[in-house]
Amino acid sequence: MSTSTPQAPIPATPGKLVDRLDARAGRTRSTLSTKLASGFALLIAVVWTIPTFGLLITSFRPDGEIKTSGWWTWFTSPSITLENYAEVLTGSRFQLSTFFVNSFVITIPSVVIPITLALLAAYAFAWIDFKGRNILFVAVFALQVVPIQVTLIPLLTQYVKWGLNQTFWTVWLSHSIFALPLAIFLLHNFMKDIPRELVEAARVDGAGHVKIFFRVLLPLLVPAIASFAIFQFLWVWNDLLVALTFAGGQQNVAPLTVRLADLAGTRGQDWYLLAAGAFVSMVVPVIVFLALQRYFVRGLLAGSVKG
Amino acid sequence: MDLLYADTTGGKFLLMFIAIAIFVLVMGAILVIVERIPRAPRWVVVAAFTGPALLGISFGLIYPAIITTRSSFYDARGQNFIGIDNYVTAFTRPEFQQVLLNTVAWTVIVPLASTAIGLIYAVLVDRARFEKLAKTLLFMPMAISLVGASIIWKFVYEYRPVLEGVAPDRQPAQIGLLNQILVWMGLEPVQFLLNGPWNNIFLMVVMIWIQAGFAMTILSAAIKAISTETIEAARLDGVNGIQQFWYVTVPSVRPALVVVLTTIAMGTLKVFDIVRTMTGGNYGTQVVANEFYTQSFRQQNQGMGAALAVLLFAFVVPLIIYNVRQMKKSEEVR
Amino acid sequence: MTSIRRRSVATLATGMAVALTLAACGGGDSDNNNAEEPGGGDADCTAYEKYGDLSGTTVSVYTSIIAPEDQPHIDSYKPFEDCTGATINYEGSKEFEAQLLVKLQAGSAPDIAYIPQPGLLKTIVESYPDQIVEASAGTMANVEQYYAASWKEYGTVEDTFYAAPLGANVKSFVWYSPQMFNDAGYEIPQTWDELLALSDQIVADHGAEGVKPWCAGIGSGDATGWPATDWLEDVMLRTAGFESYDAWSKGELKFSDPEVQAALTEVGKILKNPDYVNGGLGDVSSIATTEFQDAGLPILETGLCYMHRQASFYAANWPEGTDVSPEGDVFAFYFPGVSEDARPILGGGEFVAAFSDRPEVAAFQEFLASPEWANAKAIATPNGGWVTANSGLDPNNLVSEIDKLSFQLLSDTSQEFGFDASDLMPAAVGQGAFWTEMTAWIAEDKADDAVLTAIDAAWPN
Repeated sequence: MSTSTPQAPIPATPGKLVDRLDARAGRTRSTLSTKLASGFALLIAVVWTIPTFGLLITSFRPDGEIKTSGWWTWFTSPSITLENYAEVLTGSRFQLSTFFVNSFVITIPSVVIPITLALLAAYAFAWIDFKGRNILFVAVFALQVVPIQVTLIPLLTQYVKWGLNQTFWTVWLSHSIFALPLAIFLLHNFMKDIPRELVEAARVDGAGHVKIFFRVLLPLLVPAIASFAIFQFLWVWNDLLVALTFAGGQQNVAPLTVRLADLAGTRGQDWYLLAAGAFVSMVVPVIVFLALQRYFVRGLLAGSVKG
Repeated sequence: MDLLYADTTGGKFLLMFIAIAIFVLVMGAILVIVERIPRAPRWVVVAAFTGPALLGISFGLIYPAIITTRSSFYDARGQNFIGIDNYVTAFTRPEFQQVLLNTVAWTVIVPLASTAIGLIYAVLVDRARFEKLAKTLLFMPMAISLVGASIIWKFVYEYRPVLEGVAPDRQPAQIGLLNQILVWMGLEPVQFLLNGPWNNIFLMVVMIWIQAGFAMTILSAAIKAISTETIEAARLDGVNGIQQFWYVTVPSVRPALVVVLTTIAMGTLKVFDIVRTMTGGNYGTQVVANEFYTQSFRQQNQGMGAALAVLLFAFVVPLIIYNVRQMKKSEEVR
Repeated sequence: MTSIRRRSVATLATGMAVALTLAACGGGDSDNNNAEEPGGGDADCTAYEKYGDLSGTTVSVYTSIIAPEDQPHIDSYKPFEDCTGATINYEGSKEFEAQLLVKLQAGSAPDIAYIPQPGLLKTIVESYPDQIVEASAGTMANVEQYYAASWKEYGTVEDTFYAAPLGANVKSFVWYSPQMFNDAGYEIPQTWDELLALSDQIVADHGAEGVKPWCAGIGSGDATGWPATDWLEDVMLRTAGFESYDAWSKGELKFSDPEVQAALTEVGKILKNPDYVNGGLGDVSSIATTEFQDAGLPILETGLCYMHRQASFYAANWPEGTDVSPEGDVFAFYFPGVSEDARPILGGGEFVAAFSDRPEVAAFQEFLASPEWANAKAIATPNGGWVTANSGLDPNNLVSEIDKLSFQLLSDTSQEFGFDASDLMPAAVGQGAFWTEMTAWIAEDKADDAVLTAIDAAWPN
């Protein structure tokens, strides 16, 4: 392998490895542009983070201060309260852990199922020649624009007829379907970028489509799958509408977002709690992002071409 | 064991595993059968690969889309056929031009800005020392629910006046960061969300802030897929960083750029929460998606809501044409 | 500080009362300990015998009331559950209005729904006549006995009585600081002219310090504008009288008619007068962007504003620990009428509609219209913030001063009660153009005529 990837860092000296990489990249650029570039990246990072950072500080400030002074005044007159978090964690008549469990139970199948279905469909659109392929693909991709809101009544009507409403099944099914157009569109893009020679070589070896899909393409698509999985995870995790409509707000099925939506109170009088609530619900998607970043690795393709 | 309901934590997870197991078994069976059939006709293979997805899409998206199109020709309660009256009403309302203009502005500005920022950032932090942390920072806005985002931006845009005649110690303190910065610079605070047409831009900033993380993640995956040989070759030619960006990176991730632009444009077309929570569509900030939501759910006008949803589809046509062109181009290359 | 202690003692006392009531209800033989209990709560199950044995049945309730206000509701069902054996499944959602219609259309209606607008009730009756059921005979009897006739009318569509009133709120309130009024020697105005005179007085006395008599805010996300419609309704009820107000809410009187124009002009004398508004919050246009939850706070925080017109439920928006009482930090006075004798009240409330005719559902609907429920609810709401127009409520069960004042106003049948007109109008107006046009009236200084004509144009044919 010609490249070192962060996938297999030497545990004792991971920093050095990255340093070396960085230095090698740096040599080819002029020092000035590297500095400018780093400065620019830093600027974006700071601008992007400050609003969230403000919310983080806000979430620890007392109600009265949140409404009467800016969060930055906290640095000159710091006062910390955990009351907002206490209220978010215990303020409901249901245990918060119940909502967390429901969110996980809703989210995991709603990520696994559409990705699998979309991978298979994307493979067919990219590597199997059939009549009407392009028209079908464009139709699927255009369906991204259908607002979920218009699907609620037709779908709920069917679920009620089937006796499935108020269960997890309807939520899994609905989330999976809603994810498909975008998932197929995104994965198809990555799929068709894989060099034709790889697929042809496998075909010559007598591999069928199923074998090619699993043996050749799937391993190469890991970064693409990981990136889509992250987004599908957090879209489902942050969804309120689908869960509320098909599963309802009852304790045995309601996800965390149902609780968060209710934090502000009937007339919005407790809106300051939303800051703490946002962080409580954000923890899981950020962990998933960090965990899946492992799979964003370089050079998979280069390695397999050399084979 | 009841396969429909579960009340305990263990029961819920068990139900979840059963669901996934059923799914895996069914899909596995389909694929095994296809692989076993000697010389399976192509349509059988295609059906096995695309069938489950297309079935789901037909039921969950196409069927509701047809129903919606139908109800756009019916009245508020969906009882009487009224032809194209809903469309006529939508188009002849005095503020509708503004709504259309805003929607176009959103679908052009937000995708371009988020993609540009996401791409530049992905390139800059690629192989950087703090790549993981740096990416997490840009990703975070995506992870925050829209409810959280609206609070975050309240603390950026919130306006407190400088009151005439009021003693300095009784002046209301700024709680919006941008206005505080203006005050520190000795300027007057501004009503960011009230004064058009700039208020539209300030609302779009929220969406750009969220979507840049999406662009960054997808484009970063694409950048990592650029073969090392290509980069080495460019280096041997002695190109500098900016040249490498324009002549190596951008062409290599071009398909991913198209995908990201398209996806964000579609998402932007549909987004209404930002407008809904921050201005409620007042002060000349209304967009089609929020109008659709208001008509459908606030004002209980099913027909008009459906007509506006159908109208959203019209906005997608240019995107479809653009994508078909790109597809043809890349196929020629292949 | 004393008031906080007082309130917590009250909490303790009512908490005990609930415990006693429940013990009495659930247990076999009731002892007489609860004889000292301050009225209200039924000591035993006799009042519930008429509902029969409902053991094993379940009634689902769907409402827009969410945490923390949902707990008192759930607690208030306890006596009914304990005495009849029925189980009540409560679900509250912020997305109630949208979700209820989705559920109805998909055929999965809840058994009972609390409908916050008579206008929505009308839409439901007209669109889903097969799903909503008429109010049970017992419910009707309770409403006729304990509610003013006008309340029954709001739950009636085309001569059929569907929904019984439940909670209520009073909108004709002006929040002020008793302390600030005392210090400045101001009297509570008794007429509309006195109110304007007081406003002028405040401008003359304190205008130089940047103090304004009024603060207001109509921001409320996608419902932005509703507090401004309340202003117009409250003034309309005073300047045009109840007959015209009633006709206006039904669409018989147009927005562009002179009565409404006159009322809007009168509202403009306050809300669009740069000398009067917007105390501590900015200029006139800042009314549009200030969230209604924050709009009254300058009274308490900076003293840059003297008066804030908002409903009784605004009590929940004062920071924790604020003494809300006639001698406390803040309180509300009645938004005065044109004369001292004319004291009409603007208010709102929610209504209980049933979507099933199962006996337990009918029984529960009847219970919700009974004095037993009203008192149980009052007792289950130890921090206050809830009233009803049910005359069977013992005012001693109400803990907060503002609730007591609200109930006193609601029970005064000698005065006209005007239900929030925007809640009675079709959604295209009452939840649409009325809000957005009033917002434009303030934010963009849109002319009176243009605003009123535009609202008229939105009225469905």
